[in-house]
Amino acid sequence: MEKNWPLWEVFVRSKNGLEHRHFGSLHAADAEMALENARDVYTRRNEGVSIWVVESKHITATNPENNGELFEPAQDKVYRHPTFYTLPDEVKHM
Amino acid sequence: MSEAQIRNLEEIFEQRIARDEKIEPKDWMPEKYRQTHIRQISQHAHSEIVGMLPEGNWISRAPSLRRKVALLAKVQDEAGHGLYLYSACETLGISRNELYDQLHSGKAKYSSIFNYPTITWADIGAIGWLVDGAAIINQVPLCNTSYGPYARAMIRVCKEESFHQRQGYEIMMTLCKGTPEQKEMAQDALNRWWWPSMMMFGPTDDMSTHTEQSMKWKLKRKTNDELRQQFVDQTAPQADLLGITIPDPELEWNEEKGHYDFGEIDWDEFWQVVKGHGPCNKERLSARVNAWEEGEWVRDAAMAYAKKQQDKKLQNVG
Repeated sequence: MEKNWPLWEVFVRSKNGLEHRHFGSLHAADAEMALENARDVYTRRNEGVSIWVVESKHITATNPENNGELFEPAQDKVYRHPTFYTLPDEVKHM
Repeated sequence: MSEAQIRNLEEIFEQRIARDEKIEPKDWMPEKYRQTHIRQISQHAHSEIVGMLPEGNWISRAPSLRRKVALLAKVQDEAGHGLYLYSACETLGISRNELYDQLHSGKAKYSSIFNYPTITWADIGAIGWLVDGAAIINQVPLCNTSYGPYARAMIRVCKEESFHQRQGYEIMMTLCKGTPEQKEMAQDALNRWWWPSMMMFGPTDDMSTHTEQSMKWKLKRKTNDELRQQFVDQTAPQADLLGITIPDPELEWNEEKGHYDFGEIDWDEFWQVVKGHGPCNKERLSARVNAWEEGEWVRDAAMAYAKKQQDKKLQNVG
């Protein structure tokens, strides 16, 4: 049996109206303990009103080596931004 | 990868850091960068964890409930800081257990300051004021270091650290305004903690082996001597305010330089403690190892319980 506590990623919502944000990680035997530990490690000073934990092994991430093909194509698509379009000054708000 | 390819990657890497770009865990990095960061971040984490021991000594004997809740909160913060840093270190591809092994086997170092004993309550004041004061000076520049997870952990640590120093100074203040015996206690604690605190900034610049590389990687923004000077300049007036004397006959304001002059550190003592011959090296390490070994059954039980719950859940689904 695996004896070491697995690693969990911790996401905290600092207040209602805001999204959960990645705060860090910790080790715990199960999800319930991960939540309890996250409360003690990451919210000792009213940093949050809600916590998510997810076992780190369940996260799939992009590889920075592929950043070129993944993210660079967006750079030359200026027509996706409102400033690309010329309008007469008379149109005040658009 | 060929050597030329690696050199090319290294060049791109150094340029990124020079542009103040952050390095994140999955980015390519030179092996030396990885190893240096594992060493420094883990040393830092170990220091937070071992740092709980000298102060923990006084939790049950704090002189009032106010002091006790503050000290408990401070020691809990140190545990938290250790945990932030361990998880930052793990992103470099080393496991928590390997890190613990390095501490417990003596392979990894922790800050020598924690190898000194806390023999009176005033020591808790002196630690907060001087040791946390020195730590803050060392740590603030790290909020801007090049390795993303370390910088993020340090921002959190620094935010929490200033309460530690203030609670320490308040303890010193209270003792210095108290009976002559209490003030004497404060003076005695300053006498014992001053030089070890000065040593926290490490060897002098001409003796320091890692400075140049660490500057380049922004693991260091100022040299050991610059930081030590900053500590003296900041702390000397605070001692005056308390009405106690820093145990250095050569300490004197130098109008021309705009800094305090101060005496020579006993580097023999420094190296003795680093090499394991300080007053409490053995005690600290064995307390840490005992806690780990005696907690093993708890960790195993938690895993066994988690496994059982998991199996039950699967059975119910089936």
